[in-house]
Amino acid sequence: MRSDIAGVAAPPRPVPWLASLGLSPGLRQSLARCGWAVLSVGLFAGIWELLWAIGWADPKLLPPPHVFLGDIPDQARYFNTATRWQIGVNPADGPSPYEAVAITIGATGMRVLVGLLIAATLSIGIGVLIRYFGLLEKLVLPTITLLSPVSPIAWLPVAIFIFGIGNAPAIFMVVVALFFHMVLSTISQIDNVSRAFINVARTMGATKRQIYTRVIVPAILPQLLIVLRLNLFGAWMVVLVAESTGVGFGLGQVIMMARNTFNPSLVFFTIALIGLLGFLSDWLLRLVQKRVLYWVPETAGVLRGL
Amino acid sequence: MASDSYADWSSQDAVVCRGVGKTWAAGTARAHEALRGIDLDVAPGEFVVLLGPSGCGKSTLLYLIAGLERQTAGRIWAFRDPVEGPSPDRSLIFQETSLFPWLTVWQNVSFGLSIRGAPEAERRAVAREALARVGLSEAMDKRPDELSGGMRQRVAVARALAMRPKVLLMDEPFAALDVQTRAKMQDFLLDVWRDSGASVLFVTHHIDEAVALADRVVVFTARPGRIKSIIPVTLPRPRDPFAPESEALRRLLTEELKGEVDRAFAEQEALAAG
Ligand SMILES: Nc1ncnc2c1ncn2[C@@H]1O[C@H](COP(=O)(O)OP(=O)(O)OP(=O)(O)O)[C@@H](O)[C@H]1O
Ligand SMILES: [Mg+2]
Repeated sequence: MRSDIAGVAAPPRPVPWLASLGLSPGLRQSLARCGWAVLSVGLFAGIWELLWAIGWADPKLLPPPHVFLGDIPDQARYFNTATRWQIGVNPADGPSPYEAVAITIGATGMRVLVGLLIAATLSIGIGVLIRYFGLLEKLVLPTITLLSPVSPIAWLPVAIFIFGIGNAPAIFMVVVALFFHMVLSTISQIDNVSRAFINVARTMGATKRQIYTRVIVPAILPQLLIVLRLNLFGAWMVVLVAESTGVGFGLGQVIMMARNTFNPSLVFFTIALIGLLGFLSDWLLRLVQKRVLYWVPETAGVLRGL
Repeated sequence: MASDSYADWSSQDAVVCRGVGKTWAAGTARAHEALRGIDLDVAPGEFVVLLGPSGCGKSTLLYLIAGLERQTAGRIWAFRDPVEGPSPDRSLIFQETSLFPWLTVWQNVSFGLSIRGAPEAERRAVAREALARVGLSEAMDKRPDELSGGMRQRVAVARALAMRPKVLLMDEPFAALDVQTRAKMQDFLLDVWRDSGASVLFVTHHIDEAVALADRVVVFTARPGRIKSIIPVTLPRPRDPFAPESEALRRLLTEELKGEVDRAFAEQEALAAG
């Protein structure tokens, strides 16, 4: 049974037709991953198209992909939500439809990114400080625990009271949606740092501050980045809610307008855009994760070998 | 105070324990006595092996001497000074691996120096020297998870040596290694010990290891750990594990330990039964 045991340890067999192209293994792997993603989405779209073809999916309510992706210039028209309705502005003025799509995406993406950065910095900082200063924990932690189960939707009016309209309320919503959980998660990560790590630093004469900066923060960083990635999708959801209530422009606004004007094609087109953006931002964050956490071994590969 | 005056008449002993006891979670319902009435003197440059059944408080004693935990009874001195907290003079090598995965090997080894703010050139030099002593010069820039278990323990030894400690506390450092590797590590540890002149307190539950290493073997009773006997070993080094004297010592230690292991087992079974 020797060969069997060796077989388990061997790397997964490369896809034959990809191997024949003479590409590097890394490139081949990412190509294969892309291929699977396309196939997966294609399968989903195919079923939808099929349902449309046999007449089960009403194109007025559930327009299939070839309909809502078929006329992109037509869809892009609706994205110029920034100035279109304002009095004295010629609807033909302003950015071209494609530019409008780019501006809309950019605006929403920027809100997600900025909100995520602020939330991460604030919550990690405050989480560490809470564990560092006992008094701060007693003063602040109960409030944070109390507020963390509150749905971000409940913060929406607050965001508008405080920040009115514009970028600020949307960013505030993202921050508030992530902040409380991430503080609590930071604290629990700190509590799970191996005692041996801390004791090593103590025997070497590290001060409390050094133990926090040199041991605890690097030790909790991997888990925190994973938490951040899980929360990324939450951020995308919340930003849409915030935008749909009159931030001015953004993907949430487009969806809202599509609802109000009963335009299912536009709804699905925007959903497709959001899905793509979420996917891309997750991929970006994964790259960052790999860069920052060069020391964390990848477990996924082991799991795939099972 | 009577106990304070002890320091006045003490020798320059590396470690002195008087009546040391430790009760974990003292004063709560989960109070748990791990050590009781430990009296132990360790001379400078002496190699003392602590031998006892699992759970008898060997690790606990090292933690107390390292200053990482406070004893609940008795007093501990190191070179005349009462032990009140951790000190770079007393390095502890932990039972579990404790290398920082986010640092390279040389950064791990020189971590103590970086705490003191030493410049990089000095840190590298010290790390290189310490790694050379454990035979791992090649591994300077590797990361801990690229090393084997034995190599990792050697890095941990190098990290402890880089602090130039006067007392080296080792908690079953080679327990996870195979017999051959362990024998090699023991030889290497004896070399390092001779060069450094530090006192070593070495915890193990392998009788062979005690026979190979010790100047004195301290045998513990089952929990709460007390010192059952202290057995001096006068065999010359390097020791032949198959010499009749080694055989006799092994038999003696086995006898000493046997009853305790049985008792520890019975007690743990009773505990588990509720
Ligand atoms: N941090 C702790 N809190 C509470 N109890 C502890 C703690 N550490 C150890 N103990 C208890 O103290 C007793 C002695 O533990 P210790 O780790 O010192 O044993 P040991 O002799 O090193 O055993 P082993 O050979 O298995 O490592 C055990 O019963 C253990 O449950
Ligand atoms: Mg132990």
